[in-house]
Amino acid sequence: MSQLILEQALNGLQFGLMLFLLAAGLTLVFGIMDMINLSHGSLYMGGAYFAAAAAQASGSFAVGILAAVAGMALVGTLLELAVLRHFYKRDHLSQVLATFALILIANELVRMVWGPQPMMLNPPEALSGPVEILGFFYPAYRLLIIGVGLAVALFLYLLVAKTRVGMWVRAGAANREMTEAMGVNVRRLFTAIFALGAALCAIAGALLGPLLAVQVGMGENILILAFVVIVIGGIGSIRGALVGSLLVGVGDTLGRALLPTLLRSVASSEVASNLGPALASILIYALMAAVLFWKPQGLFPARG
Amino acid sequence: MKKLVEPLLLAAAVALPFLLAATGNEFYTGMATRVMIFGLAATALNLIVGYGGMVAFGHAAFFGLGAYGVAILMQHGVTSAWIAWPAAVALAALAALGVGLVSLRTRGVYFIMITLAFAQMLYYLVLSLKNYGGDDGLPLANRSTLAPLDLGSDTGFYLVTLAVLAAALFAMKRLAASRFGSALAGIRQNETRMEALGYPVFGLKLACFVIGGAVAGLAGALMANQHGMASPNLLYWTQSGMLLVMVILGGVGHRYGGLIGAVVLLGLEEVLAGVTDHANLGVGLFLLAVVSFAPRGIAGLLPKGSRE
Amino acid sequence: MSELLRVRGLERHFGGIYATAGVDLDVGAGELHALIGPNGAGKTTLIHLISGALAPDAGAVAFDGKPVTDLAMHERAGLGLVRSYQITSVFPHLPALENVRLAVQSRARDWGSSFRFWRPAAADRAMTEEAASLLERVGLAGRGAAPAADLAHGEQRALELAMALATKPRLLLLDEPMAGMGHEESERMADLVASLKGDISMLLVEHDMDIVFRLADRISVLVAGRIVASDAPAAVRDNPEVRRAYLGDEVVPL
Repeated sequence: MSQLILEQALNGLQFGLMLFLLAAGLTLVFGIMDMINLSHGSLYMGGAYFAAAAAQASGSFAVGILAAVAGMALVGTLLELAVLRHFYKRDHLSQVLATFALILIANELVRMVWGPQPMMLNPPEALSGPVEILGFFYPAYRLLIIGVGLAVALFLYLLVAKTRVGMWVRAGAANREMTEAMGVNVRRLFTAIFALGAALCAIAGALLGPLLAVQVGMGENILILAFVVIVIGGIGSIRGALVGSLLVGVGDTLGRALLPTLLRSVASSEVASNLGPALASILIYALMAAVLFWKPQGLFPARG
Repeated sequence: MKKLVEPLLLAAAVALPFLLAATGNEFYTGMATRVMIFGLAATALNLIVGYGGMVAFGHAAFFGLGAYGVAILMQHGVTSAWIAWPAAVALAALAALGVGLVSLRTRGVYFIMITLAFAQMLYYLVLSLKNYGGDDGLPLANRSTLAPLDLGSDTGFYLVTLAVLAAALFAMKRLAASRFGSALAGIRQNETRMEALGYPVFGLKLACFVIGGAVAGLAGALMANQHGMASPNLLYWTQSGMLLVMVILGGVGHRYGGLIGAVVLLGLEEVLAGVTDHANLGVGLFLLAVVSFAPRGIAGLLPKGSRE
Repeated sequence: MSELLRVRGLERHFGGIYATAGVDLDVGAGELHALIGPNGAGKTTLIHLISGALAPDAGAVAFDGKPVTDLAMHERAGLGLVRSYQITSVFPHLPALENVRLAVQSRARDWGSSFRFWRPAAADRAMTEEAASLLERVGLAGRGAAPAADLAHGEQRALELAMALATKPRLLLLDEPMAGMGHEESERMADLVASLKGDISMLLVEHDMDIVFRLADRISVLVAGRIVASDAPAAVRDNPEVRRAYLGDEVVPL
């Protein structure tokens, strides 16, 4: 039992870190540009497809990831310059409509290029087996994901906490007018943030590709979880996004694994196996509703 | 002249299924019914977003609950619409009451997100109802019966749907001009001032939210009958997004905004699907063009005199 | 004179800084009571606390003998404790007449609640007529059809007052009704306030000392979150503590 919990906790950590890669970009765009970007999940989908296509063509998983990151950073930059920057000053309803339209366009473009069937993305050969840690076997590939996730989280922390660009970003999240008054070239900063967010999405899409299916619509499921994360953490806060991601990732994974078992001790096994997964999904949203109810600005409010 | 527009449109809508039948295009009767049902659901959402000033991102939950209300009752042998439809409406209204009681304590983007969260909870709850179809959805054995009317024929069902939609649009007009509607207009523009004047703002917004939820439930009841089943996808967040897109596309706060949005969006999908496999690309580009060049939606482009 | 408003020990701090530090204040029925004090003395905070827009950290507010400290703003308004705003707060896209009509409609005790979904509001002629006569009273006859946002600043201030009057307040909290007005407009507003004396009790926050000393029955002086004097105008003028508090405040020559 304890081994199951440990294994699921590692899975939760792995999922949470990938959620963080999505949530980090989303929370900055939301917090600094006051922009609801529903198409953020499409960047994740794009990253997965780029990685799968490049990996198939080159035969190398690493090339796939690099291609995904470079490709999506470029796509993100172009998207920001061509479309999204025109909506920063518009109301949330217009942003919802515009970025919902982008989801439709992105899904259709992917279908046109790669067809309606899911694509295969295999993990690198060397990491396909399990490794032994703490006395049990755990898939090496998942360990890689955890490692990359932690490295990116550390990189983001250093970027935001220790660099001049990071200072602008923090100032922008706390008070947008202030940044403009400080003479920061806000338009360039916004474009850079967006490109960074897209690159992070691409990493997540490429890394999760071998575990989940690379298919049209994969962005919509995870997008809402990323929104839940940033609302729990506090919109605009990177630290909040990390804490929220881990809460949601571990909570969701452990809930899915353990709730059916726990329920079985109080209800019939049929009820338990039906209700368990649903309760685990609901748990995350209930957590967010509870946070909003008691701490309406999230756990780590970025605005003072 | 202006006074004639609505009666003429209504007359044309009544004549439509007979015209379609006479020309051998019965298939489109079902399509038109579907458009009207989505129009009804979007109109209900427009009451909340456009009249009440609350950007709710979980309206599909009430729509879907209405559908499940009818389907579940049918599985237990209740076929009469006189019982099942009001029950579906009551179910959706009750859910809206619960969601509204909690959500209306938040503002702005947090309201958007918390309504989304509740809708997703209801989605997963429905998904877990294995006795009622789980993720396959729950089929209806037959359409509801609405004695003495005949819902069995597509034309009959179309006409009943049209009557419900027309009644809802008329009620919306009365509501907008009523004391309740005036109070909502005040809240939309300056909520603090309304409180200072002594209005029970929370209660008024909650009432608006519940009415919108109830009407969406009615639309869901019709949807289950049209579609022949209640599907969990009716509650999924992309469906909420779709309804919101219809409202914004048609015109936020315009009485016909929801209907116009549904007609244009679903109509465009249908037309494009006839000529290409990639209809959504065209739909997406069209939506992007509308939000860029017609910020107040299609209704905002109509001549001034025709606006509410 | 019987007391209409009774404030005792009212405290409110914002992160360590006391905006009001134990305010005691009485406003009698029928009285025009002015509240003056240097900038930052906590006048607007006090208005917020009395109207219910802010909750106090300590202390109590009683209106007409009933404790109202725990009541929400709209509940206090329902009892007749009504405020106007320092920064104009109207419904910008509604016509001026509809602004006032909404304020008239708010009196549930006279018309019943606003949970009426079917009957057109316009069918209640008495409401519209009352709103029109209030517009006339504040000098806005003929401006009823104009959206509030299109009115000049002085006109918006007058509209604001008409809305406050439409709720038939028993005590009106007037937060700087002449703020941002020219001399002529201020004089017109002063005449208007004077014409209300006797019908409505008022607590008036105002910087123009000429007007305050001309209109007020009683004046309370708020300095650094405390009432340092509460007396008839002549006595307040001669109060040494008040003089000391205002010394060097060039805006307000006493």
